Amino acid sequence: MTTTTGDRNADADALLSGALAGPGAAAIITEAPEPHPTLIKTFAAMMAREGRVLRRNMIGTFTRSVMQPLLFVFVFTYVMPKIGGAGIFGAGAVAAGTTFATVLLPGLMASMLFMQGIMAVTFPLVMEFSWQRTIEDRALAPVPIRVLAIQKIIAGAVQAFIGALIVIPIVLLVHAPGQAPQVNVTNWALLAVILVAGSLLTASLGLLLGTLMDPRKMQMLFAAILLPATMLGCVYYPWSALSSIRWLQVAVLINPMVYLSEGLRAVLTPQTGHLAMWAILLVLVGVTALLGYLGTKAFARRVLN
Amino acid sequence: MTQPAAETGEQAPPKQAGHGQPQRRAIRTEDLRKTYKTSRGDVRAVRGIDLAVGTGGFFGLLGPNGAGKSTTIGMLTTLVVPTGGRAWVAGIDVVADPVGVKRRIGVVTQNNTLDMQLTVAENLEFRSRFFGLGLRDAARRAEQLLVAFGLEDRRKAIATDLSGGQAKRLLIARALVHKPDVLFLDEPTAGLDPQTRVNLWDMLRALHDGGQTILLTTHYMEEAEALCDRVAVVDHGEVLASGTIDELKDGAGADTVITVRYEGAVPDGLALRTGLDARPGISKVETEGDQVRVFTREPDGVLGELVTAGASAGLTVRDAAQLKPSLETVFLNLTGREYRE
Repeated sequence: MTTTTGDRNADADALLSGALAGPGAAAIITEAPEPHPTLIKTFAAMMAREGRVLRRNMIGTFTRSVMQPLLFVFVFTYVMPKIGGAGIFGAGAVAAGTTFATVLLPGLMASMLFMQGIMAVTFPLVMEFSWQRTIEDRALAPVPIRVLAIQKIIAGAVQAFIGALIVIPIVLLVHAPGQAPQVNVTNWALLAVILVAGSLLTASLGLLLGTLMDPRKMQMLFAAILLPATMLGCVYYPWSALSSIRWLQVAVLINPMVYLSEGLRAVLTPQTGHLAMWAILLVLVGVTALLGYLGTKAFARRVLN
Repeated sequence: MTQPAAETGEQAPPKQAGHGQPQRRAIRTEDLRKTYKTSRGDVRAVRGIDLAVGTGGFFGLLGPNGAGKSTTIGMLTTLVVPTGGRAWVAGIDVVADPVGVKRRIGVVTQNNTLDMQLTVAENLEFRSRFFGLGLRDAARRAEQLLVAFGLEDRRKAIATDLSGGQAKRLLIARALVHKPDVLFLDEPTAGLDPQTRVNLWDMLRALHDGGQTILLTTHYMEEAEALCDRVAVVDHGEVLASGTIDELKDGAGADTVITVRYEGAVPDGLALRTGLDARPGISKVETEGDQVRVFTREPDGVLGELVTAGASAGLTVRDAAQLKPSLETVFLNLTGREYRE
């Protein structure tokens, strides 16, 4: 059977009128399972949809999560020590009396949380709000708009969490001899709390940015937010090492990223020294709540115009 | 009997004081309003609309672009929050219980809001699951709709790869997964080629014949005429007239409209002087600039008289047009303006 695409479309259209004109139309109206949506079922279905998309884009997502930490660790804990440059780049580590990899492990995990949280929430959301406004599709699901916002935060947080976990084996495995990170976890529960809070924080920020961001100014996201937050976020040096630049040490405290890096440092590599745990938890939880509140509110306002 | 202007022929429900519990009806609005605050001041997109659509009806909101149709449909589908008035869909208040409304409506948006990350079948399956169907029921429902809408060959295609007509069909199928009480379609055939449009009309008729209550907005007069059993003509956020197509034509639009444009400006009182006003069947004569427009039930000979009248004032006719009774003449009669699609 050889039919051209055009013919097939025409056939389909003819079929369609036939199917619907007969008992077809009545059947699709009457012979259908009775829907009984509940908040939980709808929420679960939305998460399942994220899972399906993630699985479909697995290679892309995985590459995004692996390449940045892998290259970073390769250059700074393998190449640099080999060519004798580690002294400069690992100055923070030297100040803390440890290897650069030890400093980098919590730092890169925090940076990955941040990047994934934004990549997973902000980018798709900006698309959904601008191009064809596809957000309206999900907004018509039988749940309050705020639940949709919370679903986006949680889906993003899951991706951020996984992204941070992927960093661990990479940092543990890739390094020059003698440059291994010294990991020393005593409180696993606290590690989980900080990872979860950090994931929710970055996903909430992602939601707020995705809702307020003008799609034409996307490149600003890197220059104005991602870069300063990571470069000045105690990713590549512990906060204590900044004591020699006191004004900077105080100034970076407005950056939530600092608490993320230092929080992970406190539970993974406490020997490097870190911010006080009460301050870390206070900020992580407080900022997450604030961003979550602002993000869901702004989201609902933007969806319901 | 007094009825609000836009009641659509059905008896207005008795107004109950206080809580305003509506009579069960597919759609009802009372003085529905939406004003957008912008930097250049308030924009009154919808200025007090009253509608009533019975269960099983096929209702059309007809009007030019910018008339407030999409804002109205937005309010009825809970995505636009009204700034005044009230609205009920399937007996549920759209402001008080938007989730309850969303459970009972299917919406075909004007834009292609298909989930571009999913396949055709997945678009239907996941939408079914959003509405609480289990995995197996969702798959079965998706399959049933794929077949009914002639999309079974495309089930594994990613939604971005569909043609315009296929995408529209999938949007309609997706809006029906949960057996909605009311199907809303916002400009369903805008941007489609004529063949696809006619196919879509057949499909919507079949759904309506199957018992589906439908409300659509359109700026195509012939679409409203071809499909809807009741129409509300809207412009500038207000309902100008509503009723069945025949009622509209018998009322405001029963006249044939004859427009003559002269080479120069028409002097005041030309129509009066020539006795045109007194002709039987003429309901209105409008003079504006270089043209005269006559609304009449007895069009024969009117054109000739307009030519003679012009000649008596030293004017030659540049062009002339005669419109038979249609929604277009309804619109002309109600607004005094040509219908701009």
